[in-house]
Amino acid sequence: MVRVRLWGSLADGAEGQREVEIEAGNLRELLDGLGRDYPGLRPELERGISVSIDGRVYNDSWFTPISEQSEVVLLKRLKGG
Amino acid sequence: MALDQSSKTRVFKVVGTRPDRPDGIDKVTGRARFGADVVAPGMLTGRILRSPHAHARIIGIDTSKAEALAGVKAVVTRADFGDAPDHVADILDNCMAGAKALYDGHAVAAVAAVSAAVARKALRLIEVDYEVLASVTDVDAAMQPGAPLLHEGRQQETVPHGMSGNVMSRVEFGHGDIEAGLKQADRVLSRTYRTAATHQGYIEPHACLATMGPDGKGDLWVCTQGHYMVRNTCAAILGLEQGQLRVTASEIGGGFGGKTTVFLEPVALMLSKKAGRPVKLVMSRSEVLRATGPTSSTSIDVKIGMKKDGRITAAFAELRYQGGAYPGSPVDMGSMSAFAPYDLENVKTVGWDVVTNRPKAAAYRAPGAPMAAYAVESAIDELAKGFDLDPLEVRLMNGADEGTLASYGPTYPAIGLKATLKAAKAHPHWTAPLGKNQGRGVACGFWFNFGGDTCVSLNVTPDGTVTVSEGNPDIGGSRASMTMMAAEELGIPYDQVRTIIADTGSLGQNDVTDGSRVTFAVGLATIEAARAAKREMCKRAAMIWGIDAEAVEWVDGAACPAGPNAGKFPPMTLKEIAAIASNTGGPVAGHCEVMAEGAGVSFATHMVDVEVDPETGATKILRYTVFQDAGKAVHPSYVEGQFQGGAVQGIGWALNEEYIHDKDGILQNPGFLDYRIPVASDLPMIDTVILEIPNPGHPYGVRGVGETSIVPPLAAVCNAVSAAAGVRLTQLPMSPPRVLAAIQAGG
Repeated sequence: MVRVRLWGSLADGAEGQREVEIEAGNLRELLDGLGRDYPGLRPELERGISVSIDGRVYNDSWFTPISEQSEVVLLKRLKGG
Repeated sequence: MALDQSSKTRVFKVVGTRPDRPDGIDKVTGRARFGADVVAPGMLTGRILRSPHAHARIIGIDTSKAEALAGVKAVVTRADFGDAPDHVADILDNCMAGAKALYDGHAVAAVAAVSAAVARKALRLIEVDYEVLASVTDVDAAMQPGAPLLHEGRQQETVPHGMSGNVMSRVEFGHGDIEAGLKQADRVLSRTYRTAATHQGYIEPHACLATMGPDGKGDLWVCTQGHYMVRNTCAAILGLEQGQLRVTASEIGGGFGGKTTVFLEPVALMLSKKAGRPVKLVMSRSEVLRATGPTSSTSIDVKIGMKKDGRITAAFAELRYQGGAYPGSPVDMGSMSAFAPYDLENVKTVGWDVVTNRPKAAAYRAPGAPMAAYAVESAIDELAKGFDLDPLEVRLMNGADEGTLASYGPTYPAIGLKATLKAAKAHPHWTAPLGKNQGRGVACGFWFNFGGDTCVSLNVTPDGTVTVSEGNPDIGGSRASMTMMAAEELGIPYDQVRTIIADTGSLGQNDVTDGSRVTFAVGLATIEAARAAKREMCKRAAMIWGIDAEAVEWVDGAACPAGPNAGKFPPMTLKEIAAIASNTGGPVAGHCEVMAEGAGVSFATHMVDVEVDPETGATKILRYTVFQDAGKAVHPSYVEGQFQGGAVQGIGWALNEEYIHDKDGILQNPGFLDYRIPVASDLPMIDTVILEIPNPGHPYGVRGVGETSIVPPLAAVCNAVSAAAGVRLTQLPMSPPRVLAAIQAGG
């Protein structure tokens, strides 16, 4: 199980939890699992998010491996200018 | 791609030098072709009719008189566009208003004619029946119950019930217990800060030339930060197949985030489609200011608790950003970045995205972060000075480091904030004497940086020179830096490589030139493409020598036997291998197609001295020094230019620039005479100090540098002006009348 940290207002979509556990070995499984286990997160997931895995930020690479020891943090989708 | 372990000790031969820029001669001789510089046989001139009202329902548009005018070849309104897919619906509505005009300058119709004079005359013949509605341009006013509403049913599920319908979304970040932290403080400072909307101020107005055939094939020449984005967006809006629309990026006279979306392009394509001829559309400066993206204006509450020794016990900010007429202000980025430079036990930010009757905000260099940093760094400065503490020491005491839990969630890897603070502390600028009415300010800033979809093709020509094709418009020197990284990797001179910006038909998808991504992501891809070419050239040499390819290595621009067991053969240079490429398997090339991840975050500290005239309130910048982590500076002159450019734009944001609307929401200063950006005579030379803390996610350690430099200057200048004036300023711009009023009120 991967422990996933949610930002404050995202916790509202996960029954108030700031941290959830998901069975996932990569980013795709993580995103699928979040949407499956916490339907309240789906609107934000559909709008697009970024994910920090062990301090490195990923946007779209589904098959980025995630270990059970990884620090996983959901972030608002990064924008730039 | 991870940092090459050898890069820590590697002696670079090309990277880190300062060769001539490859576009220099073109730009100083006028040979460079910008958006408005091309013509096509049979080309028509396009013009756009814009709403004179900040908020109005469009009852009807009669174009019959314009269409009947001799020389008019096409007239376009929203009725010519079908329903756009959801992801581009707001973009289309911004390019051409539908049911309502939502801001002064909103496009409502367009014409294509045989000359500009005929096009202008045709615009005057278009009759638009408006029902003028009440408007709102201030973010706090737009959040009030009863404020004029722009949209219905657009609020996200994150907005609590009962809030104004102009509030589109809410975000919250942080950790710890704010109230408990505040109780530990010796002083709690609460302040509200306000910043004005400012424009990116690029010198080149938006321009494009569209050719749309009846067969569904189109070509577009356009000034943009991302021609793949233009292709994909226009194809979605017009119902085209992406592969049938070829977009070529012109040279670009500045973007700074403002050219990361489309404004003219779908309209030009539709005009061309209707007219059956090429159509050029070029914005005037007034149109640029009225109808393209400025950044958000903001209203920000900050509450910070601090111990007498300077330790921050709790930090809270509530950020309200208006993003213009459609959802999507960068308040989320502001909320994530506000306290990112600090190691805080108790921290929280709440952000509100609000719509108003202003042009849709576009990205502007580290979108959302400068305003948040302005508020936070102003408050920290005031607290530090209140305890008579050194503001740099306070920032060092609270500064984030490797292992810090960032205010927005992750734990930092190796970062460079403290290196910038220590460099600032050790710099002679910090201890230089100040005179009467002069003040010094410092501030820190943070930006995320990112990577994204990237393709590079590197080709070895028969004579052994090299071409690199990238898909990102060069707004900050990417042709130079890609050329340098290719030359470094191949072991050949800089002048043996030429980098071009390919059109959308020549490479796979490339994300926009934004997010400070290009030197990082395209550089990463260029290095990998060069390595692929080297592998192929080693293979060719192995064929000649009759040994295994694995027994050949690339050293100083040549294939060499890898050790004594490989045999004794003289090195084969790149030119020698290129000359016999046809005999050894065909042309030599290397490619890289990658979703580049692993961009490293970036920090900066800025220091500025100002003098404030107590009789007029005018501020003069006396001295300015930027300290920033670049990871690895590929071309230091360009890196310094990015540092300097960000500082100058921030100075303008701090001192002069603002969108001024009247009570009816009409923009009062749509021109550079009344919207004043800093010019060279306003400024001293901006000094720079480049720090190099390698990014572990790039082979050479490169971090993006283009955006972080605009984050600290708003606060740094404000802290300096406040020190010089003897009164705390809390609203930007600090124009002379505002500073004078503050001095008089404080006195």
